[in-house]
Amino acid sequence: MIFKGEASLADDKTGPETGRSPLVFNIQKFSIHDGDGVRTTFFFKGCPLRCAWCHNPESQRFGAELVFYANRCVSCGACAARCPENANRLEDGKLIFSRDLCRAHGACADVCLHDARELAGRRRTVDELVKEALKDRIFYETSGGGVTLSGGEVMVQDMDFVEALCRRLHGEGVSVYIDTCGYAPYENFKRILPWTDLFLYDIKLMDGEAHRKYCGRDNALILENLIRLSRDGARIHIRIPVIGGINDTEAFMAQTAHFLTENHIRAERISLLPYHDYGKSKYENLQRSYAEDGMRVPSAERMEELKKVLEEKGFQGVQIGG
Amino acid sequence: MAQTVHGMNARIQKLRKISHETQPHVDLERASIETDVYQKYEGSVSIPVLRALVLKEYFSRKTLYLGEGELLVGEKGKDPQSSPTFPELCCHTVEDMRIMNERELVSFSVTEEDIRLQEEKIIPYWKNRAVREKILSHMTDEWKSCYDAGMFTEFMEQRGPGHTAGGKNFYIKGYLDYKQEIEEAIAKLDYFNDPEAYDKCEELKAMSIDCDAICILGQRYHDLALEMAGKETDPVRKQELLQIAENCAVVPAHKPETYWQALQMYWFTHLGVTSELNPWDAFTPGRLDQHLTPFYERDTAAGILDDERALELLECLWVKFYNQPAPVKVGVTLKESGTYVDFANINTGGVKEDGTDGVSRVSYLILDCMEDMQQVQPNSNVQISKKTPLKFVKRACEISRKGWGQPAFYNTDEVIQELLNAGKSLADARDGGCSGCVETGAWGSEAYILTGYLNIPKVLQITLYNGFDKISGRQIGLKLGNAEDFKSYEELWQAFKKQLEYIIDVKMRGNLVIEKIYAEEMPAPFLSICTNDCIAKGKDYNAGGARYNTSYIQGVGIGTITDSLAALKYNVYDNHKFTMTEMVQALDANFEGFEAIHNLVSSRTPKYGNDDDYADDIMKDVFALYRDSITGRKNIRGGEFRVDMLPTTCHVYFGEVMMASPNGRLAHKPVSEGISPEKGADVNGPTAVIKSCSKMDHCSTGGTLLNQKFTPKAVAGEKGLENMANLVRSYFALDGHHIQFNVIDRETLREAQRHPEEYRDLIVRVAGYSDYFRNLSRALQDEIIERTEQSFG
Repeated sequence: MIFKGEASLADDKTGPETGRSPLVFNIQKFSIHDGDGVRTTFFFKGCPLRCAWCHNPESQRFGAELVFYANRCVSCGACAARCPENANRLEDGKLIFSRDLCRAHGACADVCLHDARELAGRRRTVDELVKEALKDRIFYETSGGGVTLSGGEVMVQDMDFVEALCRRLHGEGVSVYIDTCGYAPYENFKRILPWTDLFLYDIKLMDGEAHRKYCGRDNALILENLIRLSRDGARIHIRIPVIGGINDTEAFMAQTAHFLTENHIRAERISLLPYHDYGKSKYENLQRSYAEDGMRVPSAERMEELKKVLEEKGFQGVQIGG
Repeated sequence: MAQTVHGMNARIQKLRKISHETQPHVDLERASIETDVYQKYEGSVSIPVLRALVLKEYFSRKTLYLGEGELLVGEKGKDPQSSPTFPELCCHTVEDMRIMNERELVSFSVTEEDIRLQEEKIIPYWKNRAVREKILSHMTDEWKSCYDAGMFTEFMEQRGPGHTAGGKNFYIKGYLDYKQEIEEAIAKLDYFNDPEAYDKCEELKAMSIDCDAICILGQRYHDLALEMAGKETDPVRKQELLQIAENCAVVPAHKPETYWQALQMYWFTHLGVTSELNPWDAFTPGRLDQHLTPFYERDTAAGILDDERALELLECLWVKFYNQPAPVKVGVTLKESGTYVDFANINTGGVKEDGTDGVSRVSYLILDCMEDMQQVQPNSNVQISKKTPLKFVKRACEISRKGWGQPAFYNTDEVIQELLNAGKSLADARDGGCSGCVETGAWGSEAYILTGYLNIPKVLQITLYNGFDKISGRQIGLKLGNAEDFKSYEELWQAFKKQLEYIIDVKMRGNLVIEKIYAEEMPAPFLSICTNDCIAKGKDYNAGGARYNTSYIQGVGIGTITDSLAALKYNVYDNHKFTMTEMVQALDANFEGFEAIHNLVSSRTPKYGNDDDYADDIMKDVFALYRDSITGRKNIRGGEFRVDMLPTTCHVYFGEVMMASPNGRLAHKPVSEGISPEKGADVNGPTAVIKSCSKMDHCSTGGTLLNQKFTPKAVAGEKGLENMANLVRSYFALDGHHIQFNVIDRETLREAQRHPEEYRDLIVRVAGYSDYFRNLSRALQDEIIERTEQSFG
């Protein structure tokens, strides 16, 4: 179960664990594409959606996962000797890795001399994250930056943790941005609203059926949360991943514009993020398949045309890229 | 202010082309005239007077060059790209001359006639008299072993002490004014109470002769320009030649009256300093924008100067700098800094003497000039204080991100702290800046002599082998035990400390002898005229005449040494991942067959450059030890030794003479450069690098060097400019000294390596200077390609 009343995901029955520090799979310093100025972005592991174009597949499941770079493996067998689940076996001098047996406790990554294994997802305490964030305080202050909490999805993690983190950062005078897909109970948003400076809020598709098809869930909750956040006075930047062949249409842009206008949503900025397929190899390293059918990289001209649609509807601050 | 006038005009394009396409060549005219003077006067006059007579005779007899279209006149040798030799310092053998002619990199053409002259006239006179011979014969066996093993280098074995920049004096005084001051100083000498009165008199007489020397050069150029004007048929050029003649009638004898004359005045002075001896870093006009501003304002108000002409004249000066290749080096000194670049460094921006912002219209013109000329010489940088307008910072970033490494960025506020910490007055500190690569000095008032690089990582190498160097096969350090004998990190540290102190002592003892040789036998009376207090003290620049007298030893490899000590502390002592015996075996085998250890030290050990205190605290310890072992010790010129942290290209040479190091760096690979992290060690992005580097106390040094490499994409657009500006401002808020950017992707560099002919113009930032990629050795090219390329997340 992802959260109360929500079905669990077909590929991840566990969901977030309450009362435990969430897993962080990456800390990106000098991040300049997720909000204003120089920021530190914390990527939390686990997401309620399964967007077909997701370029961070290791962000989707809530549990730790082993990333296995088969091309770097030289079949030395060091991992096999350390694996209690027998997920790593040497057969005829060749290393066989069985994803289904792997429990991701990471002993193999510790002994791999060829950097063929990496454990995605480490538990972090609020103290650790605050300490890490404050290391770059000078850069936030010079550039008008701060911290961005991203994912996966931060809004479905243990909210005691997330709230404590936001409060601490806010208390230190550090700006906090939340990068969210919007699929979470509104009370979660409500809890952190006082300690959050801005939401980077994704809109992917307007049609509920299509959203279910490509992202794994309906979008009603997402759109409703957006309306409520705006009413409650949150500062919002809208982010739209533009996927060629799926949502790169004038009609979708017009629909989105209509939705924002009709609901009086004050979007300070709308970023159109062109789809790219750099994440493809990451699926291979997780031994998962990547459904690339029908997804294309939109051309620069197409991006400009779509930007124009929004601008003609009266939106300012429309930009291409983060 | 927004109006932009740049874009080289036809004249500049032509002058630049001549300068860039002429093959550098050796010029023996100076050496030949000098030999005549020594043969005629040596023994009958004092040494300072003899030195002055050399310059006077050279400027009286030398071949003059006044090229077509030139607006500024004067060359150090016969023509552009001439490199006069200085046999009194380093007398090239016939073999040296053949090598410099034939070597692939940084070659100088030499004619058969030159070789004959060298063989028949120069060598017979100078072979046992050159300073280099004297120095080498006075060095101890310990010094020689260390020197041969690459524990340190010695700057003064082929070039004279220099490392200084001009102050404001030449813009408010002419050389006849100086001559007057000198005469007054002679008149005031107190023979009754001052036992040095005679020496002072000889030194002052020499300075007076040098005033005559430079005035003679000016007079000769005046006459030549007038003569050429008489024959010139093009009325425009005729008028220019008449103006050049008029300029040379004013400067250098009198103070300049116009912007044009101010530039010509500087250039005559430059020729005086660099023809007298071959001082390191040549000489530079210091804060050119501030010196020129009053002339610019007066001339533009009077309607005799506009921005086009002001920029054109700056560009003429840039051509003049480029016309002068660095003096020909041989042997290990060529390896240390294998380049034609002579490290003249022009500072723009900063603050004025009263502490207010120093950026003016001329500052922006200099940035336009840098952008137009894209030259490795002069090295150009910007001084950024907290008062510097963001507009200026961004304009500098805009030029820097084009990828050729200039301008570099220096932190004015921190430089002032360095100078105050070293005992300068506030006004002198504000008048100071950085010359050479990153070296801080009080311009016009300080002799800050760099003495050579010290290979800190190699000190650890010999510490692990009981003071024995496996590369040179000699015992070069103290016998304090082998690696296995150090039972704790503290014991290892104590041994490293003793070895480092010992090596510093060996080097410093040599330096003290060398300083004395220069003070007694190779005075620089011309440079002394230009340097505050030499006239008043009646003392030479090389003998403590300047107001401030500092000696530097440049530390190299802080990244490598930090990561090496961290690798031992973390894996051997703290976490028992392997034993010291295993580590030594791995080092002996260059890690072959020790992949597990190599992986641990390379990928799983805290490293400098990641804002990780485990490693950064070790960096702080090493830095403090190095600094405190040197700073405050007396030199013979009445000043003190201090440290700076820069490598030029010496980190490549120091790496070549080393076996593998405990951080996983393989044998003979370069050590880390400047205060930058070891290549590939920094994996947390540029903010982490900046944080780590700023944990060093820069204010207690005389300069540090940080290189940051970015992909073009990372700094694209307005946001990219803001990123760069923010990075600079942040580093400087943390009291960082200097940062420079290389903005080139690896693929371009690899292409340039494969097809050098197609990338003749590719300039990259090397250390405190930029150079043509094609002129760099293969090892240095590889090293630049491998430097971490930071991308923005």
